[in-house]
Amino acid sequence: MLSGLVGRKIGMARIVDAGGRPWAATVIALGPCVVTQLKTAANDGYDAVQVGFERAKPSRVTRAQRGHVAKAEVAAPVVLQEFRRRAEGELKLGQALSAADVFQPGDTVDVSGISKGHGYAGVIKRHHFAGFPGSRGTHEYFRHGGSIGNRSFPGRVRKGLRMAGQMGNKKATALNLTVMEVMAEENAIVVSGAVPGAAGGIVTVRHAARPR
Amino acid sequence: MNKLIEKLEARALRNDLPDLRVGDSVRVQVKIVEGDKERLQVFEGVVIRLNGGASRASFTVRKISFGVGVERIFPLHSSRIEKIQVVSRARVRRARLYYLRKQSGRAARLTAST
Repeated sequence: MLSGLVGRKIGMARIVDAGGRPWAATVIALGPCVVTQLKTAANDGYDAVQVGFERAKPSRVTRAQRGHVAKAEVAAPVVLQEFRRRAEGELKLGQALSAADVFQPGDTVDVSGISKGHGYAGVIKRHHFAGFPGSRGTHEYFRHGGSIGNRSFPGRVRKGLRMAGQMGNKKATALNLTVMEVMAEENAIVVSGAVPGAAGGIVTVRHAARPR
Repeated sequence: MNKLIEKLEARALRNDLPDLRVGDSVRVQVKIVEGDKERLQVFEGVVIRLNGGASRASFTVRKISFGVGVERIFPLHSSRIEKIQVVSRARVRRARLYYLRKQSGRAARLTAST
């Protein structure tokens, strides 16, 4: 089978374990996913499975995309995503994949998504700077970052210095979440903790790259 | 709330609970784990607040213990709660009985409902 699937974040839930302890969890609806291309070491230099997620509006599909998915005889998807193969299992072009095919309860997974956008944010919100004193002579300098360097040595601003800028709306990955449940009927999984992005956002769930 | 989430959380709901109301005097039997043993502890007092709904609902019980007011918040649907008994019911005109905190002795009594 393959190492992951694409889905949509449904939202967070409160899951109670056998001991009566509540845990924060996120529900992710996986798929509908279909195999659109099988990449082989002989042909492409590496082995992978390309998966299409959902069905795009025909007006948003280019001819090239239509031609690409025509080989698998499926409709053009919203997202095309490659996954590595994991464990044995025959995969065919056009084959539909479900949550239960790829994930088992107890698996450790990484979940990637586009984080919520916070716009052009200052250093206090973006980097948790402390700001300046509210009184004692501070004048029009409350939420600034302070000095950004020295003098003629080094005569420049160091690379990577934390400053104001776009915050969020960027790919983010939550590592090593546990699959608490696989809902085969709904084609959904429940993972522990929070997942990047807003409810309804597209997320990729993969088996953990570096499990603990 | 999304139907899927509702369905998941509905599993945690209990249907063996009494109809709790604010102003009720209750005996709550809680499971306590001591080392590797489990025993029941009773917390007896007045329900001064019902909070939230569905699987996240909770309630607050207030009692006077050795002259000190003690309040404990229980998750209503928790499996750590063995049993909730309603001892008596009082007529109250408020949804949250925070005013009891400022009263003591005879003033802190509630009138029984008919």
